[in-house]
Amino acid sequence: MKQRIKLFVNGEAYEVYTEPNRTLLDVLREDLELTGTKRGCDSGECGACTVLLNGKPVNSCLILAPEVDGQSVVTIEGISKPNLPLHPVQEAFIEKWAIQCGFCTPGMVISAKALLDRNPEPSEEEIKLALAGNLCRCTGYVKIVEAVKAAAEKMKEGRS
Amino acid sequence: MGSLPPFEYLEPSTLQYALYILNRYGESASILAGGTDLLVQMRDGKKTPKYVVNIKKIPQLEGIRLENEGVVIGALTTVNKIHESNLIKEKFPALHQAAGVLASYQVRNRATIGGNLCNASPAADLAPPLLIYEAKLKIAGLKGEDEVPIKRFFLGPGKTVIEQGMILKEIYIPTPKEHTYSIHLKFGERRAMECAIINVAASISIGDSICEDAKIALGSVAPTPIRSENAEAELRGKKLDEEVIKRAAEAAAKDSKPISDIRASAEYRREMVKVFVRRALHSLMIESNMGNR
Repeated sequence: MKQRIKLFVNGEAYEVYTEPNRTLLDVLREDLELTGTKRGCDSGECGACTVLLNGKPVNSCLILAPEVDGQSVVTIEGISKPNLPLHPVQEAFIEKWAIQCGFCTPGMVISAKALLDRNPEPSEEEIKLALAGNLCRCTGYVKIVEAVKAAAEKMKEGRS
Repeated sequence: MGSLPPFEYLEPSTLQYALYILNRYGESASILAGGTDLLVQMRDGKKTPKYVVNIKKIPQLEGIRLENEGVVIGALTTVNKIHESNLIKEKFPALHQAAGVLASYQVRNRATIGGNLCNASPAADLAPPLLIYEAKLKIAGLKGEDEVPIKRFFLGPGKTVIEQGMILKEIYIPTPKEHTYSIHLKFGERRAMECAIINVAASISIGDSICEDAKIALGSVAPTPIRSENAEAELRGKKLDEEVIKRAAEAAAKDSKPISDIRASAEYRREMVKVFVRRALHSLMIESNMGNR
């Protein structure tokens, strides 16, 4: 039986009708057409589908659509707005060449942003642990870690 | 990965109503807590519930509070919340450590302590620390509540004393006595998203430079997480030194009953029990020497 779900995505309110055996990832990609969030393993291993749920990074493939009724989601599309500057994490990913095929990038950016929000000056070890649930099969991890360090610097300058 | 089979979704907001639903639907119902195991099992076709019962709307099942010289953790408390709790870090460092190495940060934001225990994987990361702290699990059923020591909770892979129609409500952990030191070590191929090759938790209680009490728990080396009583006996009443630690580590290896699987052979696992129990005890010995100085 279809259920009505209200959710907030990137600050906007949405209402969708869905069978309960669909995930938050299905709703984002198929109903709301927010395809920046990627479907990788569909089992919580790869982190390509990472979004912020009430501010915390989660695997959207492991959450049933009805579970997010009334809750707030931020996807990669909500990290920066069109015609406005990119988020410092996004800028740093471009500047440090931390993107190869790009499939893992939305999830990486979300995990990195969440890390810097809770820990503005992470050590290299803390960066690696925070991104451990995000796989990059191009294996470009060195550049990704460099980008997160650079983003931390950028955000520090922005605060001072 | 397949898609999720159809089911009816239920969201009871009280414990009583949840118990009523679970009793009414019996085996055709599955409890949804964090969902990080259940959804994967459903996609794999290992579980095909007709009813998925989300218990996260039941308020009193979540949170960490002090009670009766110990701490009570609601079954729905997420693994990250446990890892980030200063109270847990201070009183139960081995649980704090284990909660920090379970799967990934994203999974830890959803996965719950109750789910980790009720799934009853022999490799459940939170089980060895709870075994050394001798946690007690409060289980609710329609007929009332029952308290089960964690040592008696696991029956086999995927099997616990919880029967259809019951819900794990909370976990009580008594505060260890003074001068108790504890640690958790996880060994796997990688440092994240890893099902442990072995898990070790150990604690020692020191009085007059003597190891008055010791607890050793092992994960991934038997059908359930286990305590190693022979290793504990080797430590009790002794002054810790390299020789005593070595004997305890060997006893722990003998107590383990590992299998060979895709992650490691039984022989390797047994050898690693020896290495990691020794490492854990060595580190506790150093910590206790510093603490007693």
